[in-house]
Amino acid sequence: MKILCTVKRVTDPEVKLKIGADQKSIATDNLKYVLNPFDEIAVEEAIRLRDKHQGEVIVVSVGPSDVSTQLRTALAMGADRAIQIVHAGELDSDGVARLLQKVYEQEKPDVVLMGKLSVDNDSWQAGPLLAEYLGLPQATYASKNDSLESDNEKNKVPGITIEGTTATVVREADGGIETLKVQLPAVITTDLRLNIPRYPSLPNIMKAKKKEIKEHTPQSLGVDVTPKVRVLKFELPPARKAGVKVADSAELLAKLRSEAKVIS
Amino acid sequence: MSTPVSLEELIAWTSLLSEEERLVRASVARFVRDRCQPIIAGCFEDGEFPKQLIPELGALGVLGGNLEGYGCPGMSAVAYGLACHEIEACDSGLRSFVSVQTSLVMYAIHRFGSEAQKRKWLPEMAAGRVIGCFGLTEPDHGSDPGGMKTRAKRDGDFWRLNGSKLWITNAQIADIAVVWAKTGDDEKSVTGFIVERGAEGFSATDIPRKLSMRASVTGGLSLDDVRVSEASRLPEARGLGAPLSCLNNARFGVAFGVLGAARACLEQAIAYTMGRTQFGVPLARKQLVQQELADMANEVVKASLLSLHFARLKDEGKLSPAQVSLLKRNNCRIALEAARKSRALLGANGVSGDYHVMRHAMNLESTYTYEGTNEIHALILGRALTGESAF
Repeated sequence: MKILCTVKRVTDPEVKLKIGADQKSIATDNLKYVLNPFDEIAVEEAIRLRDKHQGEVIVVSVGPSDVSTQLRTALAMGADRAIQIVHAGELDSDGVARLLQKVYEQEKPDVVLMGKLSVDNDSWQAGPLLAEYLGLPQATYASKNDSLESDNEKNKVPGITIEGTTATVVREADGGIETLKVQLPAVITTDLRLNIPRYPSLPNIMKAKKKEIKEHTPQSLGVDVTPKVRVLKFELPPARKAGVKVADSAELLAKLRSEAKVIS
Repeated sequence: MSTPVSLEELIAWTSLLSEEERLVRASVARFVRDRCQPIIAGCFEDGEFPKQLIPELGALGVLGGNLEGYGCPGMSAVAYGLACHEIEACDSGLRSFVSVQTSLVMYAIHRFGSEAQKRKWLPEMAAGRVIGCFGLTEPDHGSDPGGMKTRAKRDGDFWRLNGSKLWITNAQIADIAVVWAKTGDDEKSVTGFIVERGAEGFSATDIPRKLSMRASVTGGLSLDDVRVSEASRLPEARGLGAPLSCLNNARFGVAFGVLGAARACLEQAIAYTMGRTQFGVPLARKQLVQQELADMANEVVKASLLSLHFARLKDEGKLSPAQVSLLKRNNCRIALEAARKSRALLGANGVSGDYHVMRHAMNLESTYTYEGTNEIHALILGRALTGESAF
């Protein structure tokens, strides 16, 4: 089984972001990057599926040349080889999906695994767009029907099961759990509760050095990635005002009525 | 208020690290954050070493990390140093476990052992299935190991070992001990043996009421006419130079490690003084506080860059024992000072286990003394500078 898995470099969620002088970008000097946590879960699931069904895991990323670090992380987790589409300029979800469409056509994988969103832009678009452009079935937000503390996780019962050319995907829906069956090839996006990703071990980091990273560019793939989404302005959320203490419930009700105006 | 710069940005060593070194550091840091940090204060308080982490450390690939072959990953000195750095940012006792397993015991077998010994022990030790300890220091011989009293006497195809060892990390949990003993009276007769747990006459004892490295195991070894085979002798180890080269190797990991503890203390002190209001303003706005923080940052940044430079030399095989002594002495000293200052900056909260700084300070008292005391390293450096031995 051939699994294509997408990974994106995102700014470390633990680092405080600074807005660039042009107000339309994030200041990148000294910024720390990590693998998008949702993609990390996709890589983990891809490795588990590969170990069960044989085959290979190919990871792909789009970004500046140093995105190789995130690809190398995925290779150290256990992916077999990597594809890097070198592009330093702006990019929106549509551009990413069109680039991935070309990679899909070259590699012809049995399944595409992607994080359901990237924690920087929070767009949730790339997976569904790719499925649409390829005319493939999609199953989004693959999860589990139990919490990670359950026996299921301990027994490593997967949220994605593949039998023949069918994938069964447990997904989170509003207020409950839904189980889908999709025909392969398909695009599956992963949610937080699907698995707990492994740490790349130090011997595997050493081995990952020798694995292949093949480079492409949008030009070499023949894709125009001029963004369709225009960023007008970035601003930080307003600072929260300090709270107030009230003496009793009567004062609270009065404030909710007259100041907050949430009750009448 | 301007945006604060992190200690990491001030050291700015990320740009000096290879991709692989950055990945190693990130992976170990994450393991430490998820698996070690949540339990460490409790382990220290209870005087318990978290043994459940040993197989996990093995799976992570830290044990024997800088050794080649026999199931070891063969990392660079820089990558191994960074791993020690991240582990000690949590606790010096955890790093001590890794140091003893890797730099003392596995290194001794790797460098001085027979092919059969390497094949038998190293893969098991790298996986964390076999734990080792290193028996050199004795109750009456610390800084002068050449004066050791432990003796090995030939007995046909066997040896008889008699003596005792003290301040041995991992003693009570070790499956094997590398024990150093004299076969004659001079230092050239110092010989190494692998002694297995359960050998008749061989036992380990506790050191009670330890006030430092409480999350690490430290004890004594007693050898009462212990019979070991000639096949258990380390064939390539000849004289006191052999165990001293192990120490030299371990000192490097100690030097890198203690900076992790220093960094953790300084970061805690910065966060605390920014958040704590006294006399109506954050403590961090007080000049006396800023001077303390600036002094600490000064030393941590300098030491980090020096460590990296020396680690590169080590990878090129150019690091001299005098440089190792300089590094170990400097880093242990500045780390201990940073921990003590941070403890004071945290006021009463500084003595609470929840803020970690006093635990680090107590641990760093040991690192100041073990693996060659501050003073012994001054003598090594002094001898290198002047050619005169003042031991």
